[in-house]
Amino acid sequence: MIAFALKRLFLAILVALTVSALVFLLLRASGDVAIALAGEGARAEDIENIRRIYGLDRPLLVQYFDWLFRLLQGDFGQSLYFKTDVLGIVLDKLPTTITLALLSLAFALAVSVPLGVLAAAYPNSGVDRLCLAIAVIGQAMPNFFFALLLIMVLAVWFHLLPVSGSESWANFVMPTVALGYYVAPAFMRLVRAGMIEVLASDYVRTARAKGLSGVSVIGKHALRNALVPVVALAAVQLGFLLSGSVVIETIFALDGAGFLAFQSITHKDLPVTQALVALLSFIYVGLTLAADLINAWLDPRIRIG
Amino acid sequence: MSEALAPAALELGGPSAQALMWRRVYAHKGLMIGAVILIAIVMMALLAPLVAPYDPYAQDLTQRLIPPIWHERGTWAHALGTDNLGRDYLSRLIYGARISLLIGAAVMVISGLIGSSLGLAAGYFGGRVDAVVTFIITVRLAMPLILVALAVVAMIGGSLWVVIMVLGLLKWDRFAVVMRAATQQVRGLDYVAAAEASGALTARIIVGEVLPNVLPHLIVVASVEAASAILLEAALSFLGLGVQPPLPSWGLMIAEAKTYMFFSFWLIALPGSALALLVLSVNMLGDGVRDVTAPGGRS
Repeated sequence: MIAFALKRLFLAILVALTVSALVFLLLRASGDVAIALAGEGARAEDIENIRRIYGLDRPLLVQYFDWLFRLLQGDFGQSLYFKTDVLGIVLDKLPTTITLALLSLAFALAVSVPLGVLAAAYPNSGVDRLCLAIAVIGQAMPNFFFALLLIMVLAVWFHLLPVSGSESWANFVMPTVALGYYVAPAFMRLVRAGMIEVLASDYVRTARAKGLSGVSVIGKHALRNALVPVVALAAVQLGFLLSGSVVIETIFALDGAGFLAFQSITHKDLPVTQALVALLSFIYVGLTLAADLINAWLDPRIRIG
Repeated sequence: MSEALAPAALELGGPSAQALMWRRVYAHKGLMIGAVILIAIVMMALLAPLVAPYDPYAQDLTQRLIPPIWHERGTWAHALGTDNLGRDYLSRLIYGARISLLIGAAVMVISGLIGSSLGLAAGYFGGRVDAVVTFIITVRLAMPLILVALAVVAMIGGSLWVVIMVLGLLKWDRFAVVMRAATQQVRGLDYVAAAEASGALTARIIVGEVLPNVLPHLIVVASVEAASAILLEAALSFLGLGVQPPLPSWGLMIAEAKTYMFFSFWLIALPGSALALLVLSVNMLGDGVRDVTAPGGRS
């Protein structure tokens, strides 16, 4: 197990380094930061000056390693737009986004696990069709359009919730639903498929033969096993939720890292954008590593084969 | 010709595999509905100059924000109303279909070429090739897609072609993952071994033996990816970092209508529903193809 964990850890670090290098080079190659910084109508010597001050005249690889070593020491640089320490604002906004992502994940699971179980217990029934409809619509509707529909119905027509902002818990309701609905179909399909497979297995037949009630069979024997792949998916989806929050936070003006990402991108505030992209990919790599290790711990076949 | 073949087919025990497959296609309700909607949207996009009642870019500031026909203030002159610049909304929606379809198709082709080459190579050769490709896929998956796409498009400057290239170069991961798994399965089968034993070139085996047999998987992923590319373009354009005005991208139309959404919600509801309908039809088509090509062909 330890050898397996070390191997995975090494691979994760390699992936994280490659991603950070790629993203750095990609963003630098896409446009000239100095011109963006100097603003419109800047003279050629101004741009040259900025290049020198920010060290943009050095070779890209040197700039990357310089950036990486500072990053490892916790120095993310200065924001060009907010004029403050990058790490400071990112850490300031990150809790909001993590809260939103966790709430959305909880919402998605709360909707998809019971519905998926019911759909599997009664295939081709009304519940099954309802699940299918929810999944099909969820996959076809643009999530920003769904968010705007929520605003219209819940905030404008029925005055139940505030339109935007991030002052109270009420501000989190619509973003949570909009973001959670986006990932719910994947969970629902996985739970339904897993449950159908497990319900056909021998040990469930044995449990039924013992005379256990339907609820006890499903809750105690079947669900536990059907949930194993859900854990792995949850880790991956949490990563998607963190980056998907860019659109949702921007719509609801929820003051988190997603909104910060949008602002930094539109203002070409490269240090903030780079820090956020790097941070999100590190979180994703960490989450998948954790899921891998949990799975290997649960299922010895993985760590040996 | 078909009459001459019919008795022979009967002797072999019923209709050919192809005929059976088409029968499954016609019997699959979702596939047929998806296909009909998609064909209708494609026809509308191709024939846009003939179908659209107005020039989608022609502004008329005396005709601003006219509601659609089901409103009491609606008029048949602009059946789906006009936007804040007095442009005919129906015409803009019709021309907008071109953008979404182009994005879906182009991104699908670019990412499909990259992803399936990687997946086929990894699945066929295995070993070190597989390890390298798996690493590349893992790296790609660790990059937050929306954020990277937004940032790169913002740095280069948004335009239709930039969005297509950025999404095409980023979104190949699912092609690679699925094609790798499908190829691994086919790789061990007897007909591949037979082709190898007969001394066929590797390229010939991959194109002639492996590819046709993983094609159903490829089609399903292609539909999923086209749908997701359409949604991503809409999201990028909605945030102002994708297709630029005055192009009638449906996502951009929603963004432009945001200011008027409390009073003129149809400006958002119409392009939003158009997007959902298009993506729905593509998904239904893909799911249908998966069903009819699955072994045993469940209906």
